[in-house]
Amino acid sequence: MFLARVFINLPNVLLFQTHSLQDLQQPAVSSKVFIQRDYSSGTICKFQTKFPSELESRLDKQQFEETMQTLNNLYAEAEKLGGKSYLEGCLACLTAYTIFLCMETHYEKVLKKIARYIKDQNEKIYAPRGLLLTDPIERGLRVVEITIFEDRTISSGR
Amino acid sequence: MNSRDYQQIDPQALPTPAHSPLPHPADRRQEPRTPRRKWEVFPGKNRFFCDGRIMMARGCGVFPLTVGLILVTSTLFFIFDCPFLVKHLTRCIPAIGGVLFVFVLITLFQTSFTDPGILPRATPDEAADVERQIDDTGNTSYRPPPRTKEVLINQQVIKLKYCFTCKMFRPPRTSHCSLCDNCVERFDHHCPWVGNCVGKRNYRFFYTFIVSLSFLTAFIFGCVTTHLALRAQGGKGLVFALQESPVELAICFFSVWSILGLSGFHTYLVASNLTTNEDIKGSWSGKSGDGVTNPYSQKNIFINCCSVLCAPMPPSLIDRRGFLPPNESAQTSDADIEPPRLNHKNEMNVVGASLHLVLIVTLTNLK
Repeated sequence: MFLARVFINLPNVLLFQTHSLQDLQQPAVSSKVFIQRDYSSGTICKFQTKFPSELESRLDKQQFEETMQTLNNLYAEAEKLGGKSYLEGCLACLTAYTIFLCMETHYEKVLKKIARYIKDQNEKIYAPRGLLLTDPIERGLRVVEITIFEDRTISSGR
Repeated sequence: MNSRDYQQIDPQALPTPAHSPLPHPADRRQEPRTPRRKWEVFPGKNRFFCDGRIMMARGCGVFPLTVGLILVTSTLFFIFDCPFLVKHLTRCIPAIGGVLFVFVLITLFQTSFTDPGILPRATPDEAADVERQIDDTGNTSYRPPPRTKEVLINQQVIKLKYCFTCKMFRPPRTSHCSLCDNCVERFDHHCPWVGNCVGKRNYRFFYTFIVSLSFLTAFIFGCVTTHLALRAQGGKGLVFALQESPVELAICFFSVWSILGLSGFHTYLVASNLTTNEDIKGSWSGKSGDGVTNPYSQKNIFINCCSVLCAPMPPSLIDRRGFLPPNESAQTSDADIEPPRLNHKNEMNVVGASLHLVLIVTLTNLK
């Protein structure tokens, strides 16, 4: 019984014996891709939807474009000039902008929505492919950072 | 190998032969490190108060003078002019004066203490990526390269400059303030009177401040003049009346024209969606060539005003009160085991550790 277990496990054990525990705990980041801003429509927050070549092996072009387009639409919603934003602006002006101290602005509400969307996309699409989308707000709305993790599948022992 | 067959093992409990023994490792790891906030390590020349809630430029400029002038003038107005005018004219005068005074102070503090729209500096990975792109597409005829990138905005060619301090290409309308050492979005100007830059986030506060200040100074000037006129009519003469409130009159007289002028100038800028920076440089006035118009203007005064003053308030991008991640706040090299952040890392920890245990168990049983 024991001998059988040893012979089955030995190749795997030897394989993992070469890695120290320290290596296994570190994130295996192979590279990062940065999606820059698209300024063709002015200073509004919009990211380029061009599919980067580094992700070709991991992700469908269509999925990537869909994610970026949804993000762009959400940011456009945050910065939209409409009746509601004018009302908020006028009311704020009348109160000497003190209402900004008390209530959450429209932009902040949409940012929370964006954070939830990115978390959702990471869980459903990107993490299973060894990728991680970073919320652009953590990078000053300059770039969308996609971290590519090394493909260290554990099934190599089979 | 499937990690789901194994239980989670705490990585800190395991022997780690790869570590070299540190002097008093247990003490160092157990020592509670107070988490630092991001404002404490902010690279720009700014001053932070109230644990990062309030920020200003490092040199406050003449901000105390601004506050002092407003307080002195208003106090003198309330003490000397109001009683007389309430008696001879109407009770509304101190009420209006009071509202304007409070409005001016609140907007002044908001202009001075708000983040003007500072862009955080690029992370090292981002900077390396940008450098790589510049090298790939760089123009070899320039040495050193001027590092500009051209974009098309509303059929206008705009040149984006590379900021060597912040290590990124500046977005359109962004400028690097040398006094604050920060790139500020929609940079208008650095105002020493408020002790801060005026940019995208606090321009509306600044505009409201100067407009309400011009109303306040005009109102006080009018009241003082009325007061003097009424006293002079009273019989003692204009000169005697003037002697009673010289300070107030002097301050108001000189500030009314300058503040009114500034308000008028900024109203023009708001209506044409320009910044002071662009106006001074003459970016869109057509000096450099024909057909150069402001690509950001909506060609309608009302829409321009609304987009500058009533647009949704953008968030602060520098996250002053956020906490630094533990490995960045540590000054020494990272000897601590980082808590695993992703699921597949957990799986690897568990598999590796469990296999070690299996080996140990089987080898001891074989003996």
